[in-house]
Amino acid sequence: MQFGIFSVGDITTDPTTGRAPSEAERLKAVVTIAEKVEEVGLDVFALGEHHNPPFFTSSPTTTLGYIAARTSRLQLSTATTLITTNDPVKIAEDYAMLQHLAAGRVDLMMGRGNTGPVYPWFGKDIRTGIELAVENYALLHRLWTEDVVDWSGKFRTPLQGFTSTPRPLDGVAPFVWHGSIRSPEIAEQAAYYGDGFFHNHIFWPKEHTQRMVEFYRRRFEHYGHGAADQAIVGLGGQVFMRKNSQDAVKEFRPYFDNAPVYGHGPSLEDFSRETPLTVGSPQQVIDRTLGFRDYVGDYQRQLFLIDHAGLPLKTVLEQLDLLGEEVVPVLRREFAALKPAHVPDAPTHASRVAAAGGAKDSTVHGAGDDVTGQAREEAQVR
Amino acid sequence: MKRTLAVVSAGLSVPSSTRLLADRLTTATVEALRERGVEVSVEVVELREHARDLADNLVTGFPNEALRHSVDTVTGADALIAVTPVFAASYSGLFKTFFDVLDKDALTAKPTLLGATAGTARHSLVLEHAMRPLFAYLRAVVAPTAVFAASEDWGGDEALADRVRRAGTDLADLVAARPPATRPDPFADPVPFETLLHGA
Repeated sequence: MQFGIFSVGDITTDPTTGRAPSEAERLKAVVTIAEKVEEVGLDVFALGEHHNPPFFTSSPTTTLGYIAARTSRLQLSTATTLITTNDPVKIAEDYAMLQHLAAGRVDLMMGRGNTGPVYPWFGKDIRTGIELAVENYALLHRLWTEDVVDWSGKFRTPLQGFTSTPRPLDGVAPFVWHGSIRSPEIAEQAAYYGDGFFHNHIFWPKEHTQRMVEFYRRRFEHYGHGAADQAIVGLGGQVFMRKNSQDAVKEFRPYFDNAPVYGHGPSLEDFSRETPLTVGSPQQVIDRTLGFRDYVGDYQRQLFLIDHAGLPLKTVLEQLDLLGEEVVPVLRREFAALKPAHVPDAPTHASRVAAAGGAKDSTVHGAGDDVTGQAREEAQVR
Repeated sequence: MKRTLAVVSAGLSVPSSTRLLADRLTTATVEALRERGVEVSVEVVELREHARDLADNLVTGFPNEALRHSVDTVTGADALIAVTPVFAASYSGLFKTFFDVLDKDALTAKPTLLGATAGTARHSLVLEHAMRPLFAYLRAVVAPTAVFAASEDWGGDEALADRVRRAGTDLADLVAARPPATRPDPFADPVPFETLLHGA
């Protein structure tokens, strides 16, 4: 099982000091956090994508490429890549580039994005969010699996004889997760392709997670990718820990009470009961997290949100120490002991290359002039 | 098959004249349904008990467990009676908030009876000018008779009782003419991906 961190990429005032970090500080902090994720022995770092303040993470491949160069083992992912408003051609190119430079340590999580104005800013309409997600991913999938693509659809200009470069590393596309809180269409999409399904599992009651995962597993089996319990499931989660449970509650409460998403509403205690939020000792986090399996089954990836709501970098790094030293080693052992042998691990580049029968160089060597890029016939005509 | 009638009352005081009107409308509806051979079970939602839950729902985007029960009750009911006090020339904020947090399709085609209370009959057109547009927007099937009760009506002649009886009859006619409420479950009956991809 993979464990990791996902960062929304928000810039939020620390309510205990009244100070908001600069974009420069937060960007540096995110790199520091990612390096620390690897150092403490976790597996995955995933970064959000947003195109409006108070977020700083508009270009995830730039950041993840930089992190890739400074790490050696860490799996890099997104939370989420906007499949609705990004051009699927650019996603295909950008993430294939990243996949090569990171030597295969890349996967992606597709999401629709729920910020209304982002859609028109990118020439799209939020009311067609599901249709955009379906059509754009269908194109992205073809761009990564077919060398030459002829394509036409509703939302972007048609393609004739288009080759997305670079071709995926070793001929195997990055693994894709699809994230959605409550849209069955997206779970259906993940199941259809045999891709992973990720539930945010932070802001809403567990019943939503349970219903979506159960549906995805059933449809995964329906589409012939394996038994329902072999579908690839990832969950989010939100934790804050101190050695003593009371210290954790006391320290986290001002951040909770003023948090952008749920602040000024329910109490920390109410929200901890209604959602998977766990504030307490490492043992409480272990117990709660093991309990996730009771309603989603054996799953492959657990990501925690720990760097939001204005929490200072020092505190975030302390949380990572606790996760790495006290929580994740126990979770790894306990989850592994419970998992039946026929339930797969989270796909990695190595496992996907092996499943494809080995690495293939999939470079498409153009027939044209390597200086001007013109095809031979074109060059002759001119 | 037994039908369900959800009653939403937004009265704030205890005892509440809004709840009193809601109860009388409920009794009239249950009796009128019985005359038509329709058995009904009644579920009352007192919004006062959900005041904080509703504020939390606005902030978090989901109903907590207590509120979820009431939301499910109203969403799944065969008919709805909704009664509010008049605040500042309209339904109360608490009343509106409850209907704000329902799913946008929760009241579609649901037979609905409206009621309002106030200290003076000068507010009576709140039924037609505020409540009917709200429930029209939500695509509820609103009974032709809606009932307004000013303070003075509780001591008046039979006029209020007559209006209540007529309203109950209206709602009963709407319910008896319809099959029991069913709600489509997108998880039990999914749209196949090929349809999502290529259109129906």
